[in-house]
Amino acid sequence: MSATMQQVAPTITPAKVVMDCKLDKIFYGDFLAVRDSHVPIEKNKITGFIGPSGCGKSTVLRSLNRMNDLVEGFRFDGHVHFLGQDVYGKGVDPVVVRRYIGMVFQQPNPFSMSIMDNVAFGLRLNRYKGDIGDRVKAALQGAALWDEVKDKLKVSGLALSGGQQQRLCIARAIATEPEVLLMDEPCSALDPIATRRVEELMVELKKDYTIALVTHNMQQATRVADTTAFFSVDISQGTRTGYLVEMGPTSQIFDNPREKLTKDYISGQFS
Amino acid sequence: MSNTSSLSTAVPSLQRKLEGRALRSILLSTLVWVSALVASVPLFSVLYMLITRGGARLNLEAFTELPPAGFEMGGGFGNALVGTFFMVGIAAAIAIPIGILAAIFLAELGPSSRLANTARFAAKTLTGLPSILAGVFAYAMVVLTTGTYSAPAGGVALAVLMLPIVVLTAEEAMKMVPKIMKDAAYGMGCTQSQVVWKVVLPTGMPAILTGVMLAVARAAGETAPLLFTALFSNYWIFHEGQLEVMSPTASLAVLIYNFSGMPFDNQLELAWAASLVLVMIVLVVNVVSRIVGKPKF
Repeated sequence: MSATMQQVAPTITPAKVVMDCKLDKIFYGDFLAVRDSHVPIEKNKITGFIGPSGCGKSTVLRSLNRMNDLVEGFRFDGHVHFLGQDVYGKGVDPVVVRRYIGMVFQQPNPFSMSIMDNVAFGLRLNRYKGDIGDRVKAALQGAALWDEVKDKLKVSGLALSGGQQQRLCIARAIATEPEVLLMDEPCSALDPIATRRVEELMVELKKDYTIALVTHNMQQATRVADTTAFFSVDISQGTRTGYLVEMGPTSQIFDNPREKLTKDYISGQFS
Repeated sequence: MSNTSSLSTAVPSLQRKLEGRALRSILLSTLVWVSALVASVPLFSVLYMLITRGGARLNLEAFTELPPAGFEMGGGFGNALVGTFFMVGIAAAIAIPIGILAAIFLAELGPSSRLANTARFAAKTLTGLPSILAGVFAYAMVVLTTGTYSAPAGGVALAVLMLPIVVLTAEEAMKMVPKIMKDAAYGMGCTQSQVVWKVVLPTGMPAILTGVMLAVARAAGETAPLLFTALFSNYWIFHEGQLEVMSPTASLAVLIYNFSGMPFDNQLELAWAASLVLVMIVLVVNVVSRIVGKPKF
């Protein structure tokens, strides 16, 4: 119903925010790792998180699908509204959250199983009733890996090259068609050619998915991110607490930053 | 300044000189080479003795006949072979499930909990336990309560010896599963038990099986724990048409122990042959563990 209505009357509305992340305070034990960062993530866009090491950008990312719950001493103040529900709300099961918000890690981490079983893992986990083979093929095509592996689906995922492994992990993550894909420096362990392929893939994937990308590579942010969030470290309280300095369209952040700190960082004054 | 230029002016000799560090290096290489050789002497000399002394009696009769009495000729150790398999089977059925489940707790659920530290300490101590004490334990637990020497009592004694080996090797195997792989599973939306069953156990399985096989091999060769738990028997465990579990049971190890002290050539020959069979079993188990322990992926 509503879908047809939208087709009849298309309106130019501001992009839909899929995840509204208000991170007031993130603690590891007594250590305040991140403070006062409001990061809205818009649908079908790539939101890039940049900043110097230790600025908490990975912590922020891993808070979005509650991966940080696995870290002892982790505490979170704020909210992460995902399609109208708070991911940190009462009675929310982190395990279920992670099925809708997929993740791709820094180190390619395929399971020690065949390529087929790697991609089918999430489908079997969710007791997918349809044809698993079709979905695996679609996911591998989506991750631009199908042509390279279609004749060796029974081969171990660990036998692939680093770049192929990372695309396998992306295929594994998209096989269950999650709403959002969190990518934590997905290219930092890859060579430049593999990096380029994964970047092209991300741009392709944003047609169907919403992507949040942590990168330490500013060029990568300019190449793929639609929106960029710049984080920095506050050492004034004697500890290293990360916070959001500014966020905006990537072109604005890089060409015309509002904050001096941002300008200094992107011009290489500090890192 | 002159130091840096001296390298280019004087041409040094690059020839090997037999002095100082070169000599020490040769000496050390020889020492480790000889030590490696010495370390492999016992196994091969034992194998040599067993094959030359026991090989001759290794015929079909040895595997199918009952042990001979006093001055009797011929005979074999068929019932002891069956008894060994039966008791090691009981021990494996007890020790492997408990051991692997305990290892899951130690490696995944509460690695630094007080219970885990206690269990780990207990397992490490238990690996150094004199095996005769495992027999004493089973004697008190099973023989005294059931009122008879039996195969289950022997099985329990062997299980006590297998358990710590299974626990410690399985824990080590599961700890070897990379954390990033577990992260991937959590990231897919696995519960902790799904991470264990779908990722940690399958990935660690080859190494776990190696530990299990080592434990089985150890149990198969033990004598002391069986001496006053299973005792010995001159009859088949299948006796007059029924399985007599709750009665003294023969085993290869105890047969070797008994026969090797007898003044009869026939029994001595059988003891040698039984030793050869026992070593072969241990060898086969070790080889099988290498084959199944080879990672599939």
